Amino acid sequence: MRQSAEISAPGKIAPLGDFTNALVNPDLPTPKGVIGPGGAKADKRFNVYRNNVTVGLVNALVDIFPAVHRLVGDAFFRKMARVYVQAERPRSPLLFEYGGTFPQFLEAFAPVKHLSYLADVARLERQWLDAFHAADSPVLEAQDLGAVNPEDLPQARFTRHPAAHVLRSSFAVVSIFSANRSGQSLADIDPDAAEDGLVSRPHHDVEVRQLPPGAAVFLTMLMDGETLGQAASQAADEAEDFDLATAISGMLEAGIFAGISINTNSKRETIHDQSD
Amino acid sequence: MTPSTSRANARIETRFNDSTVPARAGAGLKAEHVDAILQDDYRIGFLEVHAENYMGDGGAPHRALSAIRQNFPLCVHGVGLSIGSEKALDKAHLDRLKKVVERYEPGLVSEHLAWSTHDNSYYNDLLPVPYDQPTLDRVCDHIDQVQEVLGRKILLENPSTYLQFDHSTMSETDFIAQIARRTGCGLLLDINNVFVSATNQHYRPLTYLSEFPLEKVEEIHLAGHATDTDDDGRPLLIDAHDRPVDDAVWKLYDIVIGQMGPVPTLIEWDNDVPDWPVLRREALRADEILERRAGNYMLGSRHAAIC
Ligand SMILES: [Fe+2]
Repeated sequence: MRQSAEISAPGKIAPLGDFTNALVNPDLPTPKGVIGPGGAKADKRFNVYRNNVTVGLVNALVDIFPAVHRLVGDAFFRKMARVYVQAERPRSPLLFEYGGTFPQFLEAFAPVKHLSYLADVARLERQWLDAFHAADSPVLEAQDLGAVNPEDLPQARFTRHPAAHVLRSSFAVVSIFSANRSGQSLADIDPDAAEDGLVSRPHHDVEVRQLPPGAAVFLTMLMDGETLGQAASQAADEAEDFDLATAISGMLEAGIFAGISINTNSKRETIHDQSD
Repeated sequence: MTPSTSRANARIETRFNDSTVPARAGAGLKAEHVDAILQDDYRIGFLEVHAENYMGDGGAPHRALSAIRQNFPLCVHGVGLSIGSEKALDKAHLDRLKKVVERYEPGLVSEHLAWSTHDNSYYNDLLPVPYDQPTLDRVCDHIDQVQEVLGRKILLENPSTYLQFDHSTMSETDFIAQIARRTGCGLLLDINNVFVSATNQHYRPLTYLSEFPLEKVEEIHLAGHATDTDDDGRPLLIDAHDRPVDDAVWKLYDIVIGQMGPVPTLIEWDNDVPDWPVLRREALRADEILERRAGNYMLGSRHAAIC
């Protein structure tokens, strides 16, 4: 299925690889074989494509990370995003999936070292967009849980809703994100107060919540398929004031799960299995 | 996970009523316009979406497009298939396009004569191809493959270009005409692209149009462009899609419709997107020309040949 061999007659035709390298690297010359009408010089002409590519991808990052954009300011964000675009292009034409490694980039990017919370804000924004595009699925309702024999509850396992994400942070990531997205001041927020965040889409809209102590462990374990009993005891070990009843009502309200199953030896009961 | 292909193929009845795209004005769909379009007394002829924006698994984009599709004919316009690519097409992406087409049953499906992906990197722009025999063969193979996978004809759109390749051996119109003849694909004539490329490459847009196989055109695009200058200080037009359609482009459009008769006509406005009434005004202007020319056309005054 290799179809490219015939067009790279060496010496005459510049392969597309030269074209693409020069697209994202302004230090490289205009590729060989690229001309204006009548063989005219084409540097400015080639720059149109350079500009389209870079500005297009920078704009995509502005759209994906609006809070990070506002936190550092437009001019700075665009300069920083250009550095990222040079290092990393989208892997597919689905632009809304771009920027998965942007948080790590921010952690390593020296000019924003002092904004230690920035990478986690970017992680939350990336999760927000993943939740926005996630598959539609009914959420687990209180009556689904109520239908389970109380003796079986510790053995219950849950199916993660496609839009649900937990983010554990050493910073006030939810407060910063929420204040920023609603246009409020960050003045009263202590950025170093650790917060756990929850992203979900219980109805139509993506919602972001701050989780109470222990809930992040509890929910992460359930999302990973551990039983309710295991998750509750692990959460209680981590946070003395973990409250199981609050955690369960919170997870129902936020729509973090799509189904529940009880596996007692031979019998398996499933509600809201995604296959129906 | 997904419904089996055989079942999808066996489906006889369609889920949507009007799949046929009328020879009227349409608009590129923007999320912020969905409610206004659904509530407007003016019923736009059709809407067109970029396929890639609906390749996510679910959520608000699909909810909005489903509401639109229940009320309007639809065109699906791919921007990421990279038909001009040096390498094989991305099969996963082609499957995603197929899924969108099966889900929304558009009246027309189109893609670009351009490339945008190389070595697993997506450049998010419509990059130019040389007009030579190896590229022609490859583009034809790719279009054959797309039409086979989708099980339908696609339309190929003429590009806006800013440069040439010194190894091109044929004209753009010759290149496109040969593709249409060999693959049986239809054509999407973007008249703003014609005007932009003609200005940038120093030929007359009417010459280009007289050489273009208008009989294969099933849709027209109109859009606004920006003005820059080239290396020699001459005008270099940029296909910006960020403003109203230029008067010179409206004039060409009038001539083309006079020549070929009414055809579905999309107003593209993708950057600095205005409120819906501004876009609607552009659509009304196209509707007006289509109606006027439809009258002439039916009276048999099919003289005004492009020369
Ligand atoms: Fe177009």
